[in-house]
Amino acid sequence: MSRPFVQLQNVNKSYWRDSLEIPVLNDVNLDLPEGEFVALMGPSGSGKTTLLNLIAGIDRPSSGNVIVRGQNVSRLSEGDLARWRSDNIGFVFQFYNLMPVLTAYENVELPLLLTKLSRSERRRQVETALSIVGLADRMKHYPNQLSGGQEQRVAIARAVVTDPVLILADEPTGDLDKVSAQEVMDLLSRLNHEFNKTIIMVTHDPRAAEKAHTQRHLDKGVLNSHESPQAG
Amino acid sequence: MLLVNYSYKNLLARKLTSILTVFGVALVVFVFCAVLMLSNGLRETLVSTGADSNAIVIRRASQTELQSIIFRDMANIIKADPAVARDTEGRPLATGEILVLISKYKRDSNEPSNVPVRGVTEMSITLRPRFELVEGRMWQPGTSEIIAGSKVAGSFRGCGLGETVRFGMREWTVVGIFEAGGTGFESELWGDVDQLMDAFGRPVFSSITVKLGSPSEFETMRARLEGDPRLEVEVNREKKYYEDQSKFTTVFINAMGLTISIIFSLGAIVGAMITMYAAVANRTVEIGTLRALGFSRTAVLWAFLVESMILAITGGLIGVTAAAFLRLVEVSTTNWDTFAELAFSFEMSGSIVVFAMVFAVAMGLVGGFLPAVRAARFRIVNALRTK
Repeated sequence: MSRPFVQLQNVNKSYWRDSLEIPVLNDVNLDLPEGEFVALMGPSGSGKTTLLNLIAGIDRPSSGNVIVRGQNVSRLSEGDLARWRSDNIGFVFQFYNLMPVLTAYENVELPLLLTKLSRSERRRQVETALSIVGLADRMKHYPNQLSGGQEQRVAIARAVVTDPVLILADEPTGDLDKVSAQEVMDLLSRLNHEFNKTIIMVTHDPRAAEKAHTQRHLDKGVLNSHESPQAG
Repeated sequence: MLLVNYSYKNLLARKLTSILTVFGVALVVFVFCAVLMLSNGLRETLVSTGADSNAIVIRRASQTELQSIIFRDMANIIKADPAVARDTEGRPLATGEILVLISKYKRDSNEPSNVPVRGVTEMSITLRPRFELVEGRMWQPGTSEIIAGSKVAGSFRGCGLGETVRFGMREWTVVGIFEAGGTGFESELWGDVDQLMDAFGRPVFSSITVKLGSPSEFETMRARLEGDPRLEVEVNREKKYYEDQSKFTTVFINAMGLTISIIFSLGAIVGAMITMYAAVANRTVEIGTLRALGFSRTAVLWAFLVESMILAITGGLIGVTAAAFLRLVEVSTTNWDTFAELAFSFEMSGSIVVFAMVFAVAMGLVGGFLPAVRAARFRIVNALRTK
């Protein structure tokens, strides 16, 4: 059997408020193969976003290991983690998190500034990413000139422009109307099917979760050991 | 430096606070430049008063011509020194002059101030090649006629062309106006040395100015004259002598002006700091996002430092440009080394521009550093959770 693409081993995470320890994740174990599209579900405060942050390397577990493509992320230094994120992770946020002063083009170009690509190479990649999300004609628009759905598609273009191996989406449809949410989910499905991107998505939305291959449920920091496979 | 475009566009997005911060820095840089230009103008005016090829001899330990006396027999020994150049007729290119201060009223303020009166000879004009009579004529020998430097003529009552001015128990008529290439001589009244010695009852020279056959002969001449037991004199290069006369006043202007600039700069630094702290607070989620995308703490630190530096450099350039127009302004003040009124202009120089821009950048760095450090130290998870 091949090595899991994303592996969590006995991961615990607690936060401290003054002297009070607040456990968020409790002995979480998870193995995901490459090309998986998994929906993490669960009530508010169950630790979904914390789990996503640990996999993304923007937070560290209190104990246990987070291993992505064989790399133990929890052991990387701050600087190495930043580089690792830019090389491996595409992040999609609930509220898009675009830079309001930059155009759609410039927002998508941001992660490429961390690479050694030339300006023309960057341009080519940004144009490709924006074409994939169907916004090649909105390059010069600022976020406040776009609809919520379009903003999220720009954010997805930004997440895929470096061709990362893993896309992490935190409630990507949480701020969108039904039609826009459908478009965004279709886009994520396409990235998974056509481009073989491994996607881990936190969502409350059952319709969004239906697009994933599997659903995993978190409750009070405990990951349900049973997968819920999806039809199709 | 990866995020220069992002920093620049953020400044444009908050125009009002950016403009106010730039204005604060520009004001400080303007004051800073003005002070340096003032002392530079004073120094340049006095330095240009002296010529490289001239030496000036005054009595030992007298510091300036005003306290010096050189008797006629001493003057003859000095003029006969072999280092002194001679004209085609074999006459030494040397002149004995007398310098006395008189008190006259200024035209604009009606306040009294000291005007230097210099008794000169025909040779004095030969030794000052920048001398040019621009109005009227030279004085007639043996009369109570004088000529006035252009700065004095415009600033002091009774010193204009055709006017009369009283000193030394006589009425003197101004018959000509001269310029001397913007040097300190333009702040003086000039007349015949013998007439002025008579009028002031002072039959001795204040100084002897000589033209050297070669500037390299200065040291040997100085050793010879200062070592001569008959003389008791001090020999200086003319340029250095006048430069030394600017020292006390320029040091005072610089000390006072720089103190004021530094106090002002504290205000500008606090202004820049408030602007940058507000920028960091308003963009916490953006900072978290940039970090999540893979930008390092250093990249975020630089993004905010670049913002404050753009503000400071823009303010610096505006301040320097505005200060450059001060060159059109002429000021007149008492030179505390000689107690004589001296007119001069604000003078810009390359080093002043460099100092001013370094000062502006320093304000930007100090003002932007703490907010930038705060931005760089955010925990990504906390920053992303900010509403």
